[in-house]
Amino acid sequence: MIYFSNTKIFSILSVIFICLMFAVPNFFSKDQLNSFPNFIPKQQVNLGLDLQGGSHLLLEVDTVEIVKERLENLNSDVRRVLKKNNIQYSNFKNTDDNLKFVVEEFPAEIQKEILEISVSNSQNILQMGDQTNLVITRDLNQVSISFTDEFIKLAVSNAVAQSLEIVRRRIDELGTREPSIQRQGSSRIIIQLPGIDDPDRIKALLGQTAKLTFQLVDTSTNYDPLNPKKAPVGSEILPSDADDSFKYIVKKRVMVGGENLVDAQPGFDPQTNEPIVSFRFDRLGASKFGRVTQQNVGKPFAIILDDTVISAPVIREAILGGSGQISGGFDSEEANDLAILLRAGALPAPLIILEERSVGPDLGADSIEAGQYAAIIGFVAVIIFMMFVYRYFGFLADIALIINLFMVLGILSLFQATLTLPGIAGIILTIGMAVDANVLIFERVKEEIRSGSKMINAVENGYKRALSTILDANITTLIAAVILFFMASGPVRGFSITLAIGIFTSVFTAFTFTRLLISIYAKSLKPSLVGMKIND
Amino acid sequence: MIDIAKTKINFLKSRIITFIFSSILVVLSIGFFFVSGLNFGIDFKGGTLIEIETDNEIEIAGLRDNLNTLSLGDVQVQEFGSKNNLLIRVEQQSGGDQIQQNVVEIVKNSLDSHLSSEVNFRRTEVVGPKVSGELIQSGAIAILAAVFAMLIYIWFRFEWQFSLGAVVALIHDVILTIGVFSITQLEFNLPIIAAILTIVGYSMNDTVVVYDRVRENLRKHRSKNIIDLLNLSINETLSRTIVTSVTTLLALLSLFIFGGEVIKGFTFAMIWGVVVGTYSSIFVAAPLLNYLDVKREWNTTSAVDSTR
Repeated sequence: MIYFSNTKIFSILSVIFICLMFAVPNFFSKDQLNSFPNFIPKQQVNLGLDLQGGSHLLLEVDTVEIVKERLENLNSDVRRVLKKNNIQYSNFKNTDDNLKFVVEEFPAEIQKEILEISVSNSQNILQMGDQTNLVITRDLNQVSISFTDEFIKLAVSNAVAQSLEIVRRRIDELGTREPSIQRQGSSRIIIQLPGIDDPDRIKALLGQTAKLTFQLVDTSTNYDPLNPKKAPVGSEILPSDADDSFKYIVKKRVMVGGENLVDAQPGFDPQTNEPIVSFRFDRLGASKFGRVTQQNVGKPFAIILDDTVISAPVIREAILGGSGQISGGFDSEEANDLAILLRAGALPAPLIILEERSVGPDLGADSIEAGQYAAIIGFVAVIIFMMFVYRYFGFLADIALIINLFMVLGILSLFQATLTLPGIAGIILTIGMAVDANVLIFERVKEEIRSGSKMINAVENGYKRALSTILDANITTLIAAVILFFMASGPVRGFSITLAIGIFTSVFTAFTFTRLLISIYAKSLKPSLVGMKIND
Repeated sequence: MIDIAKTKINFLKSRIITFIFSSILVVLSIGFFFVSGLNFGIDFKGGTLIEIETDNEIEIAGLRDNLNTLSLGDVQVQEFGSKNNLLIRVEQQSGGDQIQQNVVEIVKNSLDSHLSSEVNFRRTEVVGPKVSGELIQSGAIAILAAVFAMLIYIWFRFEWQFSLGAVVALIHDVILTIGVFSITQLEFNLPIIAAILTIVGYSMNDTVVVYDRVRENLRKHRSKNIIDLLNLSINETLSRTIVTSVTTLLALLSLFIFGGEVIKGFTFAMIWGVVVGTYSSIFVAAPLLNYLDVKREWNTTSAVDSTR
């Protein structure tokens, strides 16, 4: 175990050298690094949000809403089919996951027609061809219609993919530095925003579905506060954005929607100097908008965002150019954000914020400083202790420990793994535990010497005997680290990463580098000293 | 200096006493867990946590009273590391995930109007009911999975008696760690789960080293009395056990003292775990082998180097 071929020595030293090269950039500032020659790596350790400051948001797409909305569309389709075929129905109602009604007769061809309509309405989602997406069950006269689980899964998956894209567009529009937006599981989105410690504005942007519609105000009646729920058939009551006590009655029919917008920009009204958002429709939107305004001159036209009326200006003349503006008493930041929302498009379903973790930049800096301080002191304490217990061998183990730390840092930089505060704790724990492999070996060597072996043989046998123990002992810790990696997310996951890297590097250095040092030492001893004890 | 490896301490002599001692601690831990429970942090019970820093000292009682008038339920305010640093905890609001988001804004507005000096918001965490429920579940699963994985690994590498002894020691360590958090009512949050998992790894590491020696001695001294053999094995590995525990504790103590407030709970759990894990390897895991009827006839031909 103590004889090394030159190739072996060369490979051990190269592995260490490569790790050191990748560790070095962390000790210089970014400016200094740029002045270095190109062959030196420039990647620094990737700091987690808890160290560099930033915000982590976990969002969930409201899947119940997706199914509900689809059921509502289905509702009117089914009624139409029933009416068209003169089928009497009663007790028609929507629940969260199905439609129910009572019929006297329900012929198979009607069922087929409903299925066909539903499939053709879902072509954007259904890539399964003509396969049906409905489950129709009939129990005596009670019919219930629901979507297949497969279809719901597809619809949700589709909505999440769409939401992801829209979230990305909205955040990009704000000019955030290196945001990371990822899908997690079936219906969640993780957003990491480095450098942002007060994500209020982003939360406000993501909290809105931003569904824009233009609907006519129902002028046949006025809102009656004493009878707050009553609206004429075909109309609905919506709150006003500007005045909490006021409500609008608007016609349900959507004349033009936000999906026809091609651009929206914040600006100022040249006359009043009030912040506004000007928008432009695509060709279809422009012709729809033109027709409606032409036919309804003199009537109020409600601009509705997420079921709230922003304003309802009276149409003065037909607007045929396909562009217009919204003014609603907002300040310039609100106008800017509304323009962003309109440009990015509407979310298919509301997003719910499940979790938020934000760290300010100075707490992060304090944590780094405290971590470095603790690492240095712990490191010095371990070094002194090892020299005290094992003298010269302790010194060799200490050199290995230093190499070890550099290797952990180098590997973190090389793979761009994220270093977090618990990750720093993992490195410090590694300092304490990394010497274990060497301790196991030294104790074995000591035993060998005690039983009369000569130094060279003692080292040889000590390594041999300690091998399986070291592997067993480290694999148990590695198992714990791997489980932690899969179970945890965020900062705690960073701990499992540094712990695992530390296990690999400490076993590696004990079996290569320290062994090399000790073999050089053992072979250099004068014959008279060969039998000396380690801690004499 | 003293050569620790030459010790001949009779560790198993007082095994009944140490078993009773351990059992009392385990029963106490379980008792406290059921009586006073754990002081769960927002990771596990949901809610809002805000860490603030101000230029001048803040009068905590006044701030607490002020925040408690916001009708957000229970609001806790405590000093965090220094007099200018405060931690504000607001309990989870009823009404689902989206509601929790309002808390931060309400508290921030109240702080801005209540405090004269400028407030620096160092940390904001909001965990809704859905996530906290999942975290507690995945934390429990992770610990169980780790213990189970160790059981399988030791069974595979040794034999079932060893794996049973090691896992009993492991469960002992986990229960005692949860117990100390129940007794002290220190905050129990996500990093503590990480600490417990590391303790599982560390304690097993210690146990494996002793067991490895036991197995080796079982091959070497076929006729030796099992109690003497266990004692011999513990003594032979004692030096290593102490040195590794000391270096690990040195590093952890440094982290505990200088590493900052945020990871104090985590470091405390680790320090406790290293002490308990070291104790259990010597006084629980090894002596248990005495009762588990370990195999004496190891196949020497398949062993790597059992003969000298």
